[in-house]
Amino acid sequence: MKKNKEIIMKYVFLLAACASIVAVFLICIFLFASGIPAMAEIGFGDFLLGTSWKPLNGVYGIFPMIMASLYVTLGAIILGVPIGIFCATYMAKFCPKGVYKWLKPAVDLLAGIPSIVYGFFGLMLIVPAFRVMFGGSGKSILAASVVLAIMVLPTIIGLSESAIRAVPEAYYQGALALGATHERSVFFTVIPAAKSGIIASVVLGVGRVIGETMAVIMVVGNQAILPESILSGVRPMTANIVLEMGYAAGLHREALIATAVVLFVFILIINLVFNILKRRGL
Amino acid sequence: MNAETIGINNRTFKNKLKEYKKSPLSLFLALLTVLGALITVGLLLLIIIYIMVKGVPYLNLNMFAWDYSTNNLSMMPAIVNTLLMVFWALLISVPFGIGSAIYLVEYAKKGNRLVGIIRLTTETLQGIPSIVYGLFGFLLFVMTLGWSYSLMAGAFTLAIMCLPLIMRSTEEALKAVPDSYREGSYGLGAGKLRTVIRIVLPSAARGILAGIILSVGRIVGETAALIYTAGTVTGQAFNPMDSGRTLSIHMYALINEGIYVDAAFATSVVLLIMVLLINAVSTFIAGKFAKNTK
Repeated sequence: MKKNKEIIMKYVFLLAACASIVAVFLICIFLFASGIPAMAEIGFGDFLLGTSWKPLNGVYGIFPMIMASLYVTLGAIILGVPIGIFCATYMAKFCPKGVYKWLKPAVDLLAGIPSIVYGFFGLMLIVPAFRVMFGGSGKSILAASVVLAIMVLPTIIGLSESAIRAVPEAYYQGALALGATHERSVFFTVIPAAKSGIIASVVLGVGRVIGETMAVIMVVGNQAILPESILSGVRPMTANIVLEMGYAAGLHREALIATAVVLFVFILIINLVFNILKRRGL
Repeated sequence: MNAETIGINNRTFKNKLKEYKKSPLSLFLALLTVLGALITVGLLLLIIIYIMVKGVPYLNLNMFAWDYSTNNLSMMPAIVNTLLMVFWALLISVPFGIGSAIYLVEYAKKGNRLVGIIRLTTETLQGIPSIVYGLFGFLLFVMTLGWSYSLMAGAFTLAIMCLPLIMRSTEEALKAVPDSYREGSYGLGAGKLRTVIRIVLPSAARGILAGIILSVGRIVGETAALIYTAGTVTGQAFNPMDSGRTLSIHMYALINEGIYVDAAFATSVVLLIMVLLINAVSTFIAGKFAKNTK
């Protein structure tokens, strides 16, 4: 009897462990089963490379959305990564213990703020500021990049910090012994040694940014067109899904699911790259 | 300690100045790191203070009336729904999360192929954007299973979303339990199951709890995954098959209406305070946990 219980519970735990496999399997099936046929019906080329999105006329081209996601992500990374890496360096190698005690929870808190609050903050403060500074509506690639850069900071700081801390102390001491200052030792021996971990943090950050939805739709303008400058409004893939899913039906709905499939594939690629980097570095 | 050792181990301010004079690049780099930290903290403070200053004046008792109307814009039903959502989502997610972590840490043998697959799928789940979860929940629970917009559809969607977080934190907590505990238990004649349930789990409780509380934070803040699963109905969804908006969705709806910006500010204050509290509790528990294991 007792033996049976042991064996039964082992399989119960095993079953629980399979939950994540089942979940990923189901997600793939449901997305691909509706998304791929829709892509085929629209035509893979027309869908992925078509530059106009007019659901009312049955024209479904998501190229502007793909580009929008990439532009916004690029902007957020350019703005967020340097700040994040410098902050991580400060936390790992410069800051006194007393400061760290406050800084670490602050960064965690930044990660905890809901994206809807970030979006609202952007809509109320950043968008009007850009409207005054640059004219236009203020809702733009630039505004979205700024909001997303703030949101991606905790991801980059957290992983970069642990990458920097994982570098053997001997590297730093060696550089000091050769007469380098504290700063030079950190920046020219420790950080290059933590390179792949830091790049992994950026890759994970890209994943976060490209999938962000609620904060983005508030500040990005949502025009489904190819942008002329960083002050143009665009519509990333995530925004496209949220904005139209509520009333879409038939092929239109399937085209939105197909948009999610494209997004999903992007995320899978990013995860793959992240894993390769992590295995090499962290 | 004499003056020389101080000079080697702790650079005095004077020494630092001397160094910086010789090497301006060092000063520049040091300033950059400080700047990075200042910007990060500054942005956090800016967001919190801005929301508080703009939102607190609009908070009033009407906003906490039990029933919602377009006059009072009460967030009470949304708060109730948020709590219900947390309850349901955790009820589904926690057993699976803890169970699978127990399997991975306590039962699986090294080099088990299944473990590799589970790790891969968990990492995949962690990277999936919330809107994709929302779309999946809509397709599976709302459409295929015919639950229509309901708290349950939202809870299942969020449960899948939180699964990797709970799994990871439980795994870390279980790994932190010293092997001597397990060996002691076996030595006293306890079986594997008893050892896991009576010895290992209680010792890891704090770490597990910290992870669960972080998931609560995620559930409270989630919007994109819920719009098309839990829906946006304003009443309390005591029946889990009813649709009900959580606080985050409530805020989204207010912003979208365009004329309720003040109420949106007030709602964001409540949302922010909830998240601040959840984070503080999680940090507190995790901090104690770290001290315990040392």
